[in-house]
Amino acid sequence: MSELPPFVLFFLAALLVLASRGTARKIILLATPVVAALHIWLNIDVGIVSTYSILNVELTFMRVDKLSLFFAYLFCLASFIATIFALQVNDTKQEIAGLIYAGSALGAVFAGDLITLFIFWELLAISSVVFIWARGTGRAIDAGMRYLIFQVMSGVFLLAGALVHYQTSGSLAFDHIGLGSMAGWLIFIAFGIKSAFPFLHNWLTDAYPEATVTGTVFLSAFTTKVAVYALARGFAGEEILVYIGVTMACFPIFYAVIENDLRKVLAYSLINQVGFMVAGIGIGTALALNGAVAHAFSDVIFKGLLFMTMGAVLHRVGHINGSNLGGLYKSMPKTTALCIIGALSISAFPLFSGFVSKSMVMTAMVLEGYDFLWLFMLFASAGVFHHAGIKIPYFAFFAHDSGLRPAEAPLNMLVAMGLAAALCIFIGMQPQYLYSQLPWEVDYWPYDATHVLTQLQLLFFSALAFVWLNKRGIYPPELHSTNLDVEWIYRKFLPAGMHRGLIAFRHAKASLMTAAVSNMHAIHHSFSQSSLAKYHLSESWPTGSMVLWISIILVAYLLLDIFVYG
Amino acid sequence: MSETDQKTHLFDKPKNVERLLKGFYAICILLVIADFVIHRHTTMLWEKIPAFYALYGFTACVVLVVVAKLMRKVVMRKENYYDE
Repeated sequence: MSELPPFVLFFLAALLVLASRGTARKIILLATPVVAALHIWLNIDVGIVSTYSILNVELTFMRVDKLSLFFAYLFCLASFIATIFALQVNDTKQEIAGLIYAGSALGAVFAGDLITLFIFWELLAISSVVFIWARGTGRAIDAGMRYLIFQVMSGVFLLAGALVHYQTSGSLAFDHIGLGSMAGWLIFIAFGIKSAFPFLHNWLTDAYPEATVTGTVFLSAFTTKVAVYALARGFAGEEILVYIGVTMACFPIFYAVIENDLRKVLAYSLINQVGFMVAGIGIGTALALNGAVAHAFSDVIFKGLLFMTMGAVLHRVGHINGSNLGGLYKSMPKTTALCIIGALSISAFPLFSGFVSKSMVMTAMVLEGYDFLWLFMLFASAGVFHHAGIKIPYFAFFAHDSGLRPAEAPLNMLVAMGLAAALCIFIGMQPQYLYSQLPWEVDYWPYDATHVLTQLQLLFFSALAFVWLNKRGIYPPELHSTNLDVEWIYRKFLPAGMHRGLIAFRHAKASLMTAAVSNMHAIHHSFSQSSLAKYHLSESWPTGSMVLWISIILVAYLLLDIFVYG
Repeated sequence: MSETDQKTHLFDKPKNVERLLKGFYAICILLVIADFVIHRHTTMLWEKIPAFYALYGFTACVVLVVVAKLMRKVVMRKENYYDE
């Protein structure tokens, strides 16, 4: 009992949910993450390893160290908050998907070998797509399919990498892998797809905004964070990750500025935040790695909070387009206040959670001498505040009065958002509790005069830029639009190319056929005109002449056989 | 959604918006002054520029918005672009 893997609790709860309904079901949903967290706290200690044998291969269901424990607690917490937020949804498939999804995330972080990791990797993909399909719109179904293709592709890379790794090293253990081998690269790409590396990122911004109100909150918490965990374990200190991380932190903010769908803005900003984690993993020092996982923790809470506030607006208004919102603070003041707390946290304002985690990565960058890249990260930090910190609350709740007066968010949503907001402030003010749980030993304290002053200058003057641009009318208005991204290649270019190709092929085939047929007709015609026709066409031959020719051929064979080969 | 929302809200009065902005500008000015009062430890060359972070934050956001606006000319399509 003591070593029962925590994911089992979630999977059992999913069965119980099927068998129950009404209040009992809600109690099971809420109790599962709490029971799982208690179970981990009481029974699962660092150092536990439990293996099982299948087909003569020893697999490790449980490998417990501080890194896996840290993420396990985070996922229990995220699952608890998201479940409260989704309490008013009576949809069995989403309720079960939520449990399987969170359980798979726990399974993945405790997986001690690559095959077990692969199993949970795929379960994450299959369970999470339910949140997108449950929206029921045509767009959601299509986006969900594209999402699933990417996720499964990531799984295929992982499995291929695992098998090659087994072939070359004789081990399936999931420890540091590195990029020294082909197996390493295959697994790296698998993790890269799930953590939304540049050019592999588009599934995220495509699918997350199409998911249900509550589904996006679940989605934002698990998939990318499992990938960050996997990168931290397998590829810590690989320098290429620093460059990938910086790119991820920088390019999405441009899209976020011009995007109209506010949940899509948050999806782009999710990539931007994962960029800070990926860069931290790439730096690979204890401080940077701690920063990366600490930032994953803060991000799950504040990004969850922001997705929840936008979800509440979507729930009440029915759409989430910045161009048609505004002035909602008048009728949704509590949601507004909670959104601002989330915005301050993601922007890394001192006393909020983003500040105490992101600053670790930034400090580590300076210490390791990445001066120029650090400037890009600082640019990204200013950009975060611009698009997530200001744009989200401003266009949803302030800006011009849209005339909409939706009711305040339902109580359960307010409770979930309140809990997340309280955590954002608590972590920001008392970071020692978060720091004490970090996997690596490091002595770091974020609050000193330099740090606070420079961060405040950066943020206030970013805000000043927003005010100035707005007053001058330079700020781009929110417009109904689609902004082309990498997805254009596989949603427009390739299909159109294939379409054109097929049409061209069909034309070619048709003209070839006509040419061939008319040539044959012509040959036939001229042949039948010629004097040969009456001898060589079978219809004009008597049967006897054929028998004669056959006997001549046979005699020729006989003679050849006797005199030449004999 | 009530159509007859007659209540005046906090930012309906331009005076309140102005107050907010004035407070905001005051903080900005104080932060720049603080840069000369508080000694901040620097590790990189460019950090020695007075009020470096303030200048950088402002410039970064202006560049971000201007570039994003230009980007619209290249990447912006109709809302139902992919559905056609």
